[in-house]
Amino acid sequence: MSDTAMPTNPAQPRKTSNVLRWSLPLAVFAIIVAFLFVGLFRDPREVPSPLIGKPVPSFSLAELHRPDQRLTSADMRGHVWLLNVWASWCVSCREEHPLLVALAKANVVPVIGLAYKDDPADGRKWLASNGDPYRASIVDRDGRVGIDFGVYGVPETFVIDKAGIIRYKQIGPLTAEALDTTILPLVRKLQQS
Amino acid sequence: MRLVVVALSLAATAAFADDALDARLKALEGELRCLVCQNQTLAESEAPLAADLRKEVRELAQAGKSDDDIRTYLVARYGDFVLYKPPVKPVTYLLWFGPFLLLAGGVAVWLAVLRRRARMPADEADASTAAAAAANADVARARELLED
Repeated sequence: MSDTAMPTNPAQPRKTSNVLRWSLPLAVFAIIVAFLFVGLFRDPREVPSPLIGKPVPSFSLAELHRPDQRLTSADMRGHVWLLNVWASWCVSCREEHPLLVALAKANVVPVIGLAYKDDPADGRKWLASNGDPYRASIVDRDGRVGIDFGVYGVPETFVIDKAGIIRYKQIGPLTAEALDTTILPLVRKLQQS
Repeated sequence: MRLVVVALSLAATAAFADDALDARLKALEGELRCLVCQNQTLAESEAPLAADLRKEVRELAQAGKSDDDIRTYLVARYGDFVLYKPPVKPVTYLLWFGPFLLLAGGVAVWLAVLRRRARMPADEADASTAAAAAANADVARARELLED
C-alpha cells in the first residue's frame, strides 16, 4: 500500500490495510463458495458433446423392421429430424418412451430410432409392446455407429438440421420440460430456416 | 531344422510385437477416461462401452494409427473429457495456470506482510518485542517447572 507515501498520517493507510485484511480473504472465500454452489447443481455425467455443430457421422445401417433395407445418413438430408438412441435392455428408455409416442402422434418431427447394441428380435418385441414412435428404426448391433455419435449413456437424443448438422444432444431420458423448453422450439426454428 | 528355427523366430517376433502393442495400448488406455464410470481409466473399466472402446483402440493401433491419431479419434467423438491430461488451450488456461496464480498471490501476500513487519512503527515494534520477551519468560518458566 501507500505506507511510505504518507508518513505524516500513518493512521490512514493502516485503516485501508485493515479493511483489506478481512475483505480480501472474504472475497476469495465468496468466490470459492460461488463456484462450489454452481457445481452442486451441475450433473458431472453430462459431458458436452464435441459433435454439436458438426455434420452427422455417416452411417449405413439395416432397418429393424426391414432387415434387407438400409438407411443412410444421406437419406435424411433436407429434413429436420431427431435421432433417438435406445435399447430394449435400457431401463430409463422406458421412462422417456411415452413422450416419444406422443411426439410421433403430434407428427411434429420425424424420429429415427437407433437400436444400440440390441438384439433385433428383442428390439422388435419391445416396440410391439411399448409402441413404435419411430419413422424408421436402424440396428447398431456392435455399437460402432454409437461410438461415432459419441454415445455413452443410453438413451440419448440428437437434433439434426436439414443440412445434416447436429444441433443439440440430450443425454439421458427426454423429459417433458426438455422437449417443451429446448428441443421443440429448436426444431421449429430449424424447420423454418 | 532350419525351418523350425525360422518358424520359431517368426513366432517369437510376432509374440514380441504383440507384447509391444499390448504395452503400448495399456499405457494409452491408462490415460483415457471411461465415459460411463467416470473415475476409471479405459484400461481399468469393465463397462461394456469401455470394452468396445478398447477394441476400437486396438483395431486403430493395428491399422497403424499413432497414439495421437487415436486420441484425436476419441476426442472428436467424446470431447477432451476422455483425456485424463487435458490439453493446454485458452479454455484450460485457468486449469493449468490457476494454481501458479494462487501461489504467486500467496507469495505476494507473504512478502507484503514481511515488508510491513520490517517497517512497523517503533512503538509497535517495542510492543511486539515486549510480547516476545514475555513469551520467552513464559517458556523459561515452563522449562524450569518441567525440570523441577
